[in-house]
Amino acid sequence: MNHDSTAGSTSRSRSALAGRKRLSRLKSYIPLYLMLAPALIYVLINNYLPMGGLVLAFKQFNAGKGIFGSDWNHFANFDFLLKNKNLPIFLRNTICYNLAFIAVNLIVGVFLALMITEIRGKKMRQFSQSIILFPFVVSIVIVSYMVRGFLDYNNGMFNAVIKAFGGAPVNWYMEKKYWPGILVFVSTWKGVGYGSLLYIAALLGIDPSLYEAAAISGASRIQQIRYISLPHLIPTCVTVSLLSVGHIFNSDFGLFYQVPQNSGILSPVTQTIDTFVYKAMATNVGMSAAASFFQSAGGFLLILLFNGLARRVSRENALF
Amino acid sequence: MIRSKQQRRLELFAYAVMIIVAVMILYPFLLLFMSSLTDEVTLSLNGYSVIPKKFSLKAYVYIWDARDTIFRAYAVTICVTIVGTLLNVLISALAAYPLSLQRLPGKSVLSFIFLFTMLFNGGMVSTYMTYTTIFHIKNTYLALLVPGLLFSPVNCIIIRTYFRTSVPEELYDAAKIDGASEWKTFFHVALPMSVPIFVTIGIFAGLAYWNDWFNGMLYVTDRTKFSIQQVLNIMVSNIQYLSQFAGTGRFVYGDVPSVSVRMAIAFVAFLPILCLYPFLQKYFRSGIALGAVKG
Repeated sequence: MNHDSTAGSTSRSRSALAGRKRLSRLKSYIPLYLMLAPALIYVLINNYLPMGGLVLAFKQFNAGKGIFGSDWNHFANFDFLLKNKNLPIFLRNTICYNLAFIAVNLIVGVFLALMITEIRGKKMRQFSQSIILFPFVVSIVIVSYMVRGFLDYNNGMFNAVIKAFGGAPVNWYMEKKYWPGILVFVSTWKGVGYGSLLYIAALLGIDPSLYEAAAISGASRIQQIRYISLPHLIPTCVTVSLLSVGHIFNSDFGLFYQVPQNSGILSPVTQTIDTFVYKAMATNVGMSAAASFFQSAGGFLLILLFNGLARRVSRENALF
Repeated sequence: MIRSKQQRRLELFAYAVMIIVAVMILYPFLLLFMSSLTDEVTLSLNGYSVIPKKFSLKAYVYIWDARDTIFRAYAVTICVTIVGTLLNVLISALAAYPLSLQRLPGKSVLSFIFLFTMLFNGGMVSTYMTYTTIFHIKNTYLALLVPGLLFSPVNCIIIRTYFRTSVPEELYDAAKIDGASEWKTFFHVALPMSVPIFVTIGIFAGLAYWNDWFNGMLYVTDRTKFSIQQVLNIMVSNIQYLSQFAGTGRFVYGDVPSVSVRMAIAFVAFLPILCLYPFLQKYFRSGIALGAVKG
């Protein structure tokens, strides 16, 4: 065989073959990209276009000209926002309520998880897990009706009880001092099951031989919880909390909008960035956009920061 | 293992705690339901109570009289929930399949496009303006459907991971040898093997649609397009909304049992979830374990 004479043509035909192969392989990817297309197009419309729309914060919005056609006014919207005397109040509310929710949800969630895993009866354990998650599936509008059932001035159950004992009825929707407590309670009532189930999963993942060994060496059940259960929960607790702190500029809009039932008097203790943005949207789009921009940008930095921290604690629980 | 006395005492304590918690969680639901069955005069005299002095079905009779509005809103909610849930699952599953294949060029960039939406968003104002000034969805049914269509783009990533771990590679190879196209492989191999994840994602999507009042409040002012949650939302601030049906049926103006009707509509809106919850709760729990879908 004469290798030399055929080498050139084979390599040429080989590369042509490889090219055709690559082409046909690329062709075979077309259906795969088509499958991705609906989700990609949707995300572009629903998520990425609004990201671009954040330029609104630096514009004088004009409905006729649209988001991208409106004229720039640079930092005028931010000036307006910073001059708003309520800004420190709703910023404080957003951050403080979120910190309170995180702390209370953590403590109550861990406590309930420890209680539920202490229960040996299978039925009762299943029932408990179903019950604590139940409020999670109710819409916040309906929750606000339930809260009203307790707090309504004329018909509320609390006032009925107070009156039955000869007290003076309380106008709950007019009294600021009760609301931090009420909102923390409602938030915990509705949301604690979610975290608690994560903690239960973590507790059930602990190697049972650890408890057996501890029991043999004479550790009481309380000691076992203190020295085995709790340390094993720490990674989950820390990551759940860190991820929540990453969302500290985002309040639970429904909770703050629905549950206080739009009572203006309560707004110093119930107004958050989200409810402010929503209400300002009707009167001053620019200022509302500026607040919204601050929320998105600040939220982005916080999530990066706290996810980074969460990742150090436990990789699998971090977002990315 | 022999259980110590302390352990048994602790368990007893745990039972007590869970019973108290169960009462705290269920009592408001009971209060809501019983109030809807309470006579209006009793309500204004004695307030809401779980053991009403005088029962009345008037609120439900009134809902029946107002069925043109209430049932219509109910139908809107049901249709939006069904269509939205199916589209949600289909779109995310379709995207997840290619992403799950190691050989797809650019898959990490594509995954990142979905993941990034968790980190950064345009916020309420910008999203509202995009939908109203560019896509003009105000006062259309699309307003109830589209903003939640991929209620969490990260679900694509969760389904992708599920495909990778639960569909054996050999099945794909076998399908390929049989000459199946990618579409066929997706519909006949990947889909049937991953039903549990679709049920889980679908249930969260369905719940989000059923409970959604926010998009309605933002985009819909046309009363014929209200969902049931939006009717509830309107009734908080607008008691007249309820009285509009008086005079047409058995009720005259001023006779509308407005307090109990609110509670009755809230209960009716919640009823389907109440009925389905016992069957679906294990999927909620597995969904939470996947870390998927925080409301």
